[in-house]
Amino acid sequence: MPTVAPLDLEAHIVGVAYLGDVPVFADAAGLVHRLDGGHAVTPAHEGLLVALRDDATDTLLTGGEDGRVLRITRDGGVTELAHAPRKWISNIAAGPQGAVAFTTGKTATVRLSDGTTRDFTEERTVEGIAFAPKGLRIALARYNGVSLHWVATSSPAIDLDWKGAHTGVTFSPDGRFVVTMMQENALHGWKLDTKPGAEARHMRMSGYPAKVKSWSWSARGKWLASSGAPAAIVWPFQAKDGPMGKPPLELGTRADVMVSQVACHPSEDVAAIGYSDGMVLAVRFADSKEVLLRRPGKGAVSAFAWSRSGQQLAFGTEAGEAGVIDLTS
Amino acid sequence: MSEAPVSVAPVQKPIPVTVLTGYLGAGKTTLLNRILSENHGRKYAVIVNEFGEIGIDNDLIVESDEEIYEMNNGCVCCTVRGDLIRVVEGLMKRPGRFDAIIVETTGLADPVPVAQTFFMDDDVRAKTELDAVITLVDAKHLPLRLKDSREAEDQIAFADVVLLNKTDLVTPEELAKVEATIRVINPSARIHRTQRSDIDLAKVLDQGAFNLERALENEPDFLKPDDHHHDHDHDHACGPDCGHDHHHHGHDHHHGHDHGHDHGHAHAPSDIHDVTVQSVSLRGGEMNPDRFFPWIQKITQTDGPNILRLKGIIAFAGDADRYVVQGVHMIIEGDHQRPWKDGEPRESRLVFIGRDLDREKLERTFQACAAKPN
Repeated sequence: MPTVAPLDLEAHIVGVAYLGDVPVFADAAGLVHRLDGGHAVTPAHEGLLVALRDDATDTLLTGGEDGRVLRITRDGGVTELAHAPRKWISNIAAGPQGAVAFTTGKTATVRLSDGTTRDFTEERTVEGIAFAPKGLRIALARYNGVSLHWVATSSPAIDLDWKGAHTGVTFSPDGRFVVTMMQENALHGWKLDTKPGAEARHMRMSGYPAKVKSWSWSARGKWLASSGAPAAIVWPFQAKDGPMGKPPLELGTRADVMVSQVACHPSEDVAAIGYSDGMVLAVRFADSKEVLLRRPGKGAVSAFAWSRSGQQLAFGTEAGEAGVIDLTS
Repeated sequence: MSEAPVSVAPVQKPIPVTVLTGYLGAGKTTLLNRILSENHGRKYAVIVNEFGEIGIDNDLIVESDEEIYEMNNGCVCCTVRGDLIRVVEGLMKRPGRFDAIIVETTGLADPVPVAQTFFMDDDVRAKTELDAVITLVDAKHLPLRLKDSREAEDQIAFADVVLLNKTDLVTPEELAKVEATIRVINPSARIHRTQRSDIDLAKVLDQGAFNLERALENEPDFLKPDDHHHDHDHDHACGPDCGHDHHHHGHDHHHGHDHGHDHGHAHAPSDIHDVTVQSVSLRGGEMNPDRFFPWIQKITQTDGPNILRLKGIIAFAGDADRYVVQGVHMIIEGDHQRPWKDGEPRESRLVFIGRDLDREKLERTFQACAAKPN
């Protein structure tokens, strides 16, 4: 049976990450907690809205209600990357070589590691941002589709159109697919590696009873796991055409509790599934075998991070419960 | 995939949301400053379109760019405000720091997507509750506004409470006329006359206008069995439902066969000729639920785009409780409210506010839902 080392905090946990071997927990009040020997706290924002790991530099990127974008190191060092007074920073993406992108209203700003910035302005609010896995290219989710921009050139954006509000965007790890979350209960995808000049092909992934708020690519990008249902909905992306014409896996199905967070294991085809009642399961894709990692608690699971080895899982909930689950014990 | 929607939201009292609308210069910022500075012991998060002249230092004033989403269901009136969804989600990550939310719209904003956000987005709906739409009206400039903007009219039509502001800038006659115009556009709103947005905040906040348990309880005008006396109707103006031969902007209002409803018909030179919103008030006896529910569903499906608001109290035959309904476009909600009181007439009343409403059809089909034919 896995063991849980709890860390009881006071605010909604927005993001968790491993920096090296150190689990860090960013809460909505603006504090970043580190479990480095003991519990250390770094005050970061007046209200924190987003936190994610920058894989290129092994640091945490955060954005807040104070309009600041920060980089936080594993020892608690804080560097301000940008400050947009009176704006909320709720979208950040980490790119190659220390590049960082964030959005304010209709504008996405890319900041390179040397501090130079470039702005990309859309006609509507930019609601999601992602870097492509290769090349310095960004995808911006906005109303009625996605815009793809090369950061370093002035070539015109490529528009991927699909009617409706797109609230988040991700590239598949191999760069062949772009997928968005939508205001309606669906994901939408485009296959990018079509012949030059051909239209990107659409993938509709619908049927969710609720909005998708969390997603995660499995190791090597073979699957995309998602929340939005009383099970983790896991779409197959290993085939040439992605999930087109194929049903998704439904893992960890519960009768009356919604999945609120998913995170795929770094090397195995296994997902950590967090529920709105705070329960956490690990489920294997091949045979749907479930292992209980945490019993229900006070709030919905709102953040996950696997350690590099895949032997530990850090989690946080909306009620401020957090902790580290050790799968080896 | 599973069909049944399932939700387990943390049990938390929904945060009330007040929507503040009104044309530029009507006094919204002044009212907002009063709300934020008066010593009422409550903390408000305020969502504004731009910081403008809010003189109060408050960490919880959030600027947001109006962002209208059409829902992908083919219904043109199903619109929500994407920016509000985002901001509310952000605010609710730290719910302990405020007691209520105020949304201030721009002068030109359509109030409908704002209100519908609180019904159509599941996450917003799970955590918040629309309290009331408050519309400020500039007594001096309303006639002009009605001539040049449909938004000014929509904001009044959609209001639960209208603050008729800047009353010191007009004569009593002008004021009466403006108030009569407001009544024609919206017969069920509560109207308060104010100067410099000076109002007892208890008349603006915590109204429960969309709460079915409280809806219509405090609307004596609406409940009055007597058809055409509103407290403020000094100067009955001729409205869109007047039987005289006015053609308002070419709409077909089915004139000429509905005397006896609603409003009086005194002729005064009036701004009402600039009014395109009409209301249809229906009254009947006890209703048959097996007829009423299919009817209201069908009406809101077919005429939803034209219906801005609907509110009603229905007496069902053999039912000890009052049934209340309310709607916005195609969204309709209903529930049992409370037992009928002794001596309270078991009457069904329903008011539609909208454009191009077919009064004759509404009246006829409503009456066809009666438990006993009249």
